[in-house]
Amino acid sequence: MIRMDNVRKAFGENEVLRGMSLHIPKGSSMVIIGGSGTGKSVALKCILGLIQQDSGQILVDGKDAASGDRDAFLARFGMLFQGGALFDSLPVWQNVAFRLLRGSLKRPQEEARAIAIDKLRRVGLKSKVADLFPAELSGGMQKRVGLARAIAAEPEIIFFDEPTTGLDPIMSGVINDLIREIVVEMGATAMTITHDMSSVRAIADNVAMLHDGVIQWTGPVGEMDSSGDPYLEQFIHGRAEGPIEAVR
Amino acid sequence: MNPLILLEKLGRAVLNVLALVGRMSIFTARAISHIFRPPYYPRELFNALVAIGWLSLPVVGLTAIFTGGALALQIYSGGARFNAEAVVPQIVAIGMVRELGPVLVGLMIAARVTSSIAAEIATMKVTEQIDALVTLSTNPMKYLVAPRILAALITVPLLVAVGDIIGIGGGYVVAVKNLGFNSAAYLQNTVDFLEARDVISSLVKGAAFGVIAAMMGCYYGMQSGRGAQGVGNATKDSVEAAAILILAANFVLTGVFFSI
Repeated sequence: MIRMDNVRKAFGENEVLRGMSLHIPKGSSMVIIGGSGTGKSVALKCILGLIQQDSGQILVDGKDAASGDRDAFLARFGMLFQGGALFDSLPVWQNVAFRLLRGSLKRPQEEARAIAIDKLRRVGLKSKVADLFPAELSGGMQKRVGLARAIAAEPEIIFFDEPTTGLDPIMSGVINDLIREIVVEMGATAMTITHDMSSVRAIADNVAMLHDGVIQWTGPVGEMDSSGDPYLEQFIHGRAEGPIEAVR
Repeated sequence: MNPLILLEKLGRAVLNVLALVGRMSIFTARAISHIFRPPYYPRELFNALVAIGWLSLPVVGLTAIFTGGALALQIYSGGARFNAEAVVPQIVAIGMVRELGPVLVGLMIAARVTSSIAAEIATMKVTEQIDALVTLSTNPMKYLVAPRILAALITVPLLVAVGDIIGIGGGYVVAVKNLGFNSAAYLQNTVDFLEARDVISSLVKGAAFGVIAAMMGCYYGMQSGRGAQGVGNATKDSVEAAAILILAANFVLTGVFFSI
């Protein structure tokens, strides 16, 4: 479904991706882990075309992600941003139905509102939330609204960028369970980036560890604890000592 | 200091300015092209018309009325030095319509609208709302930039016209109430003295200043760095650039309209 081959990206002198290669099969849930600043978000943004890679190839269903009809390409994706990235000036239902109120997927306003309320219910929010503004919501509710927006147009591929950052453990568990349920229910291909190991265990079919700009280890989540890879073991056990340098 | 180092620094500064001008020019060309190409966002345009035009009326009106009143007092006291007190209506009219109206409205729009646009778009950028727009198949240049520039192009000339009228009104009130001018004669002198060219130049300046103000807000907002400091710098830089460009454009347009 999604294939990255030898993708490189540098910002000035700082080479963030140094030949990253990864394959995400259709209908699977891939979680990319790695320390802060290792390029997880950059990789995700390269796939979406928000950032252009310097070299290497990104294929979605065998087609170059950078070529072809951009709107049709993006219509296949939903994305939950780290901070929610909800539009402050729009009420919650218009945030959720944003894609359904304009562009090629445009629906009548009443229908779009009904879909938005249905998606809000799906992520555990009541319909009265629909007319509130994002600033009136808690962090957990904002994440749920972001999740509702990501699934509103029934995308084939969903990206989750640090879905539990800033949430308490209970709310993190709720969001993790929701993501897992929704991905299975929709049969979507999912890619999540996180450094929260509870998210990894709840969401992933497969795990890839990004370190030093390349995929250090990848495999099924069930093999993660017995990988024998010193980088992965240091990361999942949160040890300060090991091959990954910890800046103090 | 070593003259070579000084030369290097000077060259680097010149290159930086040229690069900035180039980036702004490309941004401006792209923004204007998006005004003419679908999809269009009429609701965003309406919101921008209200924010830039309607909500700027109080500040424009207050600025203009005090400026017109002060101008009448200055001309009267200055004119008294060579027995020319009677020219107050003519000079207030020409001063407001040709120069003070457009420039002061332009600068007030730079303060109020440019800063607001830059801060809003910069905040959207640092909170990934711009990226979210792209992933929702919406071009930020079309959704955020084009409606604001079009709204400024439409509303700022109207604000300048309102400012001109209120400014002349401020001069009229001061002249009639404080300086003993005859009301009918003051108005007659004002109308008789103004030419179509004065009014057209005022409106054209308003349109140009509106586009500059909105463009600088959008440009610096979209180029914002990270965090609160990035938003703060984007806002400050946008207002500085808008104010300087408005004054420079005023000089150029005055030359175009009134050079003999």
